Amino acid sequence: MTPEDGRIIPAEAQANASRVKQKVIDCDVHHALRSGRDLLPYMATRWHAHLEEFGRRRPVPFIASSPYPKTAPALSRTDSWPPNGGPPGSDLAFLQEQLLDRYNIEYGMLHLLMSGMDERNQDFGNATCSAINDWQYENWTQKDQRLKAAIVVPGEDPPAAVREIARWAGNPDFAQVSMVTHAIEPLGRRRYWPIYEAAQAHNLPIGLHSSGNNGHAVTGTGWCGFYVEEQHNVALSQQQLAISLVCEGVFERFPKLKAVIIEAGYVWVPSVAWRLDQHYKRMHREMPHLTRKPSDYFRSHLWYSSQPADEPERPEDLRTVLDWIGWDRLLFSTDYPHWDMDNPEQAFKLRLSEAEQKMIYNENARAVYGLA
Amino acid sequence: MPRHVVAPVADIPPGTRKIVTIRGREIGIFNLAGEFFALLNRCPHQGAELCRGTLVGLATSPEPGVFELSRRGEMLKCPWHGWEYDIRTGQSWCDPNDTKVRAYPVTVEPGETLAKGPFVAETFPVAVEQDYVVVDV
Repeated sequence: MTPEDGRIIPAEAQANASRVKQKVIDCDVHHALRSGRDLLPYMATRWHAHLEEFGRRRPVPFIASSPYPKTAPALSRTDSWPPNGGPPGSDLAFLQEQLLDRYNIEYGMLHLLMSGMDERNQDFGNATCSAINDWQYENWTQKDQRLKAAIVVPGEDPPAAVREIARWAGNPDFAQVSMVTHAIEPLGRRRYWPIYEAAQAHNLPIGLHSSGNNGHAVTGTGWCGFYVEEQHNVALSQQQLAISLVCEGVFERFPKLKAVIIEAGYVWVPSVAWRLDQHYKRMHREMPHLTRKPSDYFRSHLWYSSQPADEPERPEDLRTVLDWIGWDRLLFSTDYPHWDMDNPEQAFKLRLSEAEQKMIYNENARAVYGLA
Repeated sequence: MPRHVVAPVADIPPGTRKIVTIRGREIGIFNLAGEFFALLNRCPHQGAELCRGTLVGLATSPEPGVFELSRRGEMLKCPWHGWEYDIRTGQSWCDPNDTKVRAYPVTVEPGETLAKGPFVAETFPVAVEQDYVVVDV
């Protein structure tokens, strides 16, 4: 006897019965490799042998575990393991059924939680990034036009990253450039600027989903004892990343650059921006390269994905926050198939007007990513 | 509340569950060491299919460093965000005052009694020599 027995509503009927009338652009969808070997067909033979002999070499602690928050195997909804095997997110047909069809998803922005950027062997890392992009193109975006990939780049080797951007730019299957967020230096540093220059030149936003390992604790204060701590500290690291981009002057040098902060929530934006403005008033001589107060950049160059949804006791408090950030800044995301996925039908306990729904669930993302 | 015969007792052995649809609602029927419980298959938080979740115990601690695991298998943990519900009452562990999943009374009745009615049998015939799980919905 399995829990499936006695189930009357067939999958097809359920798939067609989305209760979301609004078409959704989901700004955080995780596809997955069945195994690292999936990338081999897209890599030179030299790297096949390398993978066998030496393997990947990343600055990763917790050898048999992961520093990332998890409360479930593969960080995933326990009901998201594909019936045909493989880890959650690795089966296109199941992802279509459980996410795209079920929730009326017009576009899903893919973020693979694996990159060659934090591989220490840079040539292998570069080959890994290129292979990931070929794999995404052939197995995902070409098979379902609702899915849009991010150009995964080896950000620690900017010339290689720029070449990888040039290889895919203009291809409508790729909607943004993605880098790991736990990099060797904060991503606002100039060593990464050639990547921003290329992204701006090709009119591609930078998608920054918390990811990667750089050997440091995600906090500035050491390794945490509990996933509960880590779950919050990951969002803090995204705040530090946004602060770095703003303070280093990335948006002054690249005034058309758009950056999307993914999976860090958004309620923190006003408090971080107010605090920075206060410091800026007092110490602006340290940063004469900024021509506007820091909060202006947070409201003109940065966008924020919605998940994990904040759930204040008084849901209407979110309105105050969004009034400050700007309703055009928020991009709805599910984070499927991860355990903390937000359901488009129920994530916002705040009552949204039709116009607000349209913006958050669809129009804001369409504008940022220039989707048809 | 009409009483619905959902399965022969033997179909839901201890430690297993069955999800049935009664009057348009999906309901999970659980056999916990011989006791039966029924909960609506929908998490009030974000709508996941709650009854596909894992059954866990209650972890409590009177002080840091001391841990107790009690009521093994009596808390149903949602497949998504891991919200836990008391399988006996549907009460939420994380938000006990405001969140509750609908729980339905379940009884075991001998086939002999059921033959007399009034009961709504689901999609199988009821035999007098067996016991059945009956849910009030």
